[in-house]
Amino acid sequence: MMSKIIELKNVNKWFDKFQVLKDIDLEVAPQEKIVICGPSGSGKSTLIRCINRLEEHQEGNIIVDGTELSESTKNIEKIRAEVGMVFQQFNLFPHLSILDNCALAPIWVKKLPKKQAEEIAMNNLKRVQIDDQALKFPGQLSGGQQQRAAIARALCMEPKIMLFDEPTSALDPEMIKEVLDVMVDLAKGGMTMIVVTHEMGFAKEVADYMIFMDEGKIVERAKTKEFFENPKSERTKLFLSQIL
Amino acid sequence: MIFKKFNIENKKARDLIPQAITILALLSVIIYFATNAQINMGNRGISFGFGFLNQEASFDITFSMIEYDGSHSYGRAFLVGLLNTILVSAIGIFFATIMGVVVGISRLSDNYLIAKVAEWYVEIFRNIPLILQIFFWYFAALRALPLPENGISFYDISFLTIKGWYVPKFIWTNFNIFLLSVIAAFIAIYYINSYATKQREQFGKQIPATIISFTALILIPLITFLFLGVSLTFEYPVLKQLSPTVFTYAGGVSIIPELIALALALSMYTATFIAENVRAGILGVGKGQKEAAASIGLNKNQILKLVVMPQALRIIIPPTTNQYLNLTKNSSLAAAIAYPDIVLVFAGTALMQTGRAIEIISITMLTYLTLSISISIFMNWYNKKMAIKEK
Amino acid sequence: MNLIAKPSKENIRTYVPIGLSLVSLSILDVFANAFFNLNLMAFFPSQLNYFLPLILGFIGFYLIRIEFSGVRSLDILNKNINSNNFNALLTLFTIFIIIKSIPPMLDWFILEANFVGNSKDDCTGDGACWVFIKVWFNRFMYGLYPDAEQWRINTAFLILFVVVGVSFFVTEKLKKYFIFFLVFVFPFLGIKLISGGSFGLEYVESAAWGGLSLTFIISAFAILFCFPIGVILALGRRSSLPAIKYISIGFIELWRGVPLITVLFMSAVMFPMFLPDGTFIDKLIRVLIAITLFEAAYMAEVVRGGLQALPKGQYEAAKSLGMGYWRMNALIILPQALKLVIPGIANTLLALVKDTPLIFVVGLMELAGMIGLAKTNPKWLGMAMEGYVFAGLVFWVICYAMSRYSQNLEKKLSTER
Repeated sequence: MMSKIIELKNVNKWFDKFQVLKDIDLEVAPQEKIVICGPSGSGKSTLIRCINRLEEHQEGNIIVDGTELSESTKNIEKIRAEVGMVFQQFNLFPHLSILDNCALAPIWVKKLPKKQAEEIAMNNLKRVQIDDQALKFPGQLSGGQQQRAAIARALCMEPKIMLFDEPTSALDPEMIKEVLDVMVDLAKGGMTMIVVTHEMGFAKEVADYMIFMDEGKIVERAKTKEFFENPKSERTKLFLSQIL
Repeated sequence: MIFKKFNIENKKARDLIPQAITILALLSVIIYFATNAQINMGNRGISFGFGFLNQEASFDITFSMIEYDGSHSYGRAFLVGLLNTILVSAIGIFFATIMGVVVGISRLSDNYLIAKVAEWYVEIFRNIPLILQIFFWYFAALRALPLPENGISFYDISFLTIKGWYVPKFIWTNFNIFLLSVIAAFIAIYYINSYATKQREQFGKQIPATIISFTALILIPLITFLFLGVSLTFEYPVLKQLSPTVFTYAGGVSIIPELIALALALSMYTATFIAENVRAGILGVGKGQKEAAASIGLNKNQILKLVVMPQALRIIIPPTTNQYLNLTKNSSLAAAIAYPDIVLVFAGTALMQTGRAIEIISITMLTYLTLSISISIFMNWYNKKMAIKEK
Repeated sequence: MNLIAKPSKENIRTYVPIGLSLVSLSILDVFANAFFNLNLMAFFPSQLNYFLPLILGFIGFYLIRIEFSGVRSLDILNKNINSNNFNALLTLFTIFIIIKSIPPMLDWFILEANFVGNSKDDCTGDGACWVFIKVWFNRFMYGLYPDAEQWRINTAFLILFVVVGVSFFVTEKLKKYFIFFLVFVFPFLGIKLISGGSFGLEYVESAAWGGLSLTFIISAFAILFCFPIGVILALGRRSSLPAIKYISIGFIELWRGVPLITVLFMSAVMFPMFLPDGTFIDKLIRVLIAITLFEAAYMAEVVRGGLQALPKGQYEAAKSLGMGYWRMNALIILPQALKLVIPGIANTLLALVKDTPLIFVVGLMELAGMIGLAKTNPKWLGMAMEGYVFAGLVFWVICYAMSRYSQNLEKKLSTER
């Protein structure tokens, strides 16, 4: 029954007249790692934002961990708490210290005592190796450190699924590796992950499946090895030749 | 070597000369003014000094919050004016804040009509000189109200007339006990909240602090009514005939039209600026912040309380404090419609009677200056404290 | 369970027509009531009758609230005014209030208003008496300036507009001369023309000046004088020389800390005490000094904002070229800083225009002051509403245009960068 943790059936979405998602079907099993790539504007960010309902889809079904997302979904917060998300622009809360950023949701959503929440926060900060920066504020950290803190913040809710929306695109080249290292660790730890990224080295290392999107459609879905060695669609080939 | 030394001395001299010239120029202007002032005052047979503050003022003030009549001193007249300034500023600030917040949020409403109405409110009231708005309310709108005998009645306990707004007067017995109970309620609320925070932080227990606080705020003063001999009665204004054609209201409290017009104009005008601050503050918190907060599972209220408001307030409060200050300074326009504020009472009537222009204008300006400077000191402290830490 | 299905795409064909007609009906009812005093639904009990439009409209809005209906205009309507129940109520209230307030406004401003005639007796309607404005118009514009001499004010302003207008179209080289003329020659020429006393022009004392033209004269001169003082104060505040720095700060904060009205009081009653006995300075000049000092402090803060916004590199580059303090500021820093703060300068000018009515303190009367005078004229009592509405409109047009202009400049400058 629970072999699929995320299920998208026939999902369509429009921004006004413009259709951003066209008939998306996608299934993700627990512990699977999926990397989505594609040209900009192909709908990949919108797709993962629909999975924790930062965007609303208009047609089709999205089922996350057994709950269908729709406008009448009560407790959307509950699902969001199970789905961690990491943004391109980090989106740390600038008025809170790194530790408070991480402890915020455990305190207010999980209703944990502050001490316990801070312990969880410290553990996760250790996991991403910035526990020494815990009392600093986001503005005092480098981009790479901020993104790692953002990952730690998401992990503090002990999510079943992690979504990454181009986590390294806003980073300076020398900082990309530190973030990717954290993500590789996370993948090896068995987390279910959907990652939108152009880091093909990372994809080759961790992804079970690759998805290539263009113009709102899933053009190609294949096991990672097959995807890189033997892409079927012409568009995928063209795209790969451009970025590899 | 010699050249270098010469250069340094030269630089020092270069720095010193303009400063010396400026100070000398300033001093000579001051001395020139001071000598002239002395000669002028000598001619008029007055000498500089603040002794007049103790003299009998012998003029009446139409509206006073403390006991005052002509037999009181100029010093007390100053105090009456100052209190009146504070009163109208406080009323203005209260309503300007409410209206400003409502209009500011409305401007961001996803309801097109509401957003447009709010936008036009701002555009209209911001771009008409404040003094004209005061004149409009005082000379045009409030003068169109009926005479006392036909006053607009609110359930027969409050009457709006051309001579002012008559409202019931509160008559307390044992008011001090009531006041103490309110203070006690606030202290209790403080402890309830800190206890709730502690419980949440230590044990993760949620205590409905808001509801308990509300109950305490009502219950504790209520007890004083029931058991401690506090009581409140109202004295209602009643229409009274003075002569065959002249009516007035006896009893109750009369809010003079000058105060209504001034408070109305000040709050409507300042609200436009506060609205713009509120709008800028809310827009200043990026969309990404709200999304990130939602993505970790916070609900709408929590997002507002924990993420949006703390950041928005940092943007809103400094310019809004500035607007409060502006409102207080603008309340000096009271002089134009004879509301007895500090400028009218002191820089107007008292100055005319005593002729002590220098002392009186200095005191008036110093009063405002003290207020402005203390607020800007507070603002600097606040900004430093609240500044979001960066590299 | 649900007797009535929730509005959705399936039942769009039945719900939308019903909903739209309900909304239209409710609006029509209020409209008929407000404009024609008709009560379309009088057959209902009176309490119900009062709230009926609201209830009907609310139900109507509920029925047409279908998300992603696929009908573009319906989607736009729902998104903008009908996104949830609360918004639907707000929308209805707003529409009703607007409809209700149109007829009385229309009546007062136009339908019941009087436009023809020469005295108060000609005003018979319930509406505004615009005759008042018509009769006093000249005074509102020129104050007590003699009628026969008003061409002088007109000429001065005409020259100003023509010169400013032409200067937009001439070459850069000629522009310098135009600006020189506007700043250094025209003000004195214009003031001589208006005040007279030589060249065969009759002398008109400044006490007779007034009305809207005085607002412009004071604003123009104040901005002209306060600009250089403001720049100097701003530079002073950023100076490394402590005496100059603190004197500048003290000066700026002194004026910014007190209301303009007390400064005007000061110029009226305290300033004469500081001058040698018997010295007489014209009222207008005293007012100008007061307003100039006051606005210069605000101008200084605006300019300082621009100076602070300039990157440090600009100062360093200028210094590395071996420029001294004055040359650096005049050639490199100020031109850039001032360009940055043009919107701020425009805002200061706007505040200045809005402050001019305060000159009533010293007995000068611009537009608002003249209306105060006119409405107390025994023949024209009870004209306050007309007068202040007129003045409000005039000031609003001027100030709104200025604020729009400065907003556009701001946008333009921020995109250029």
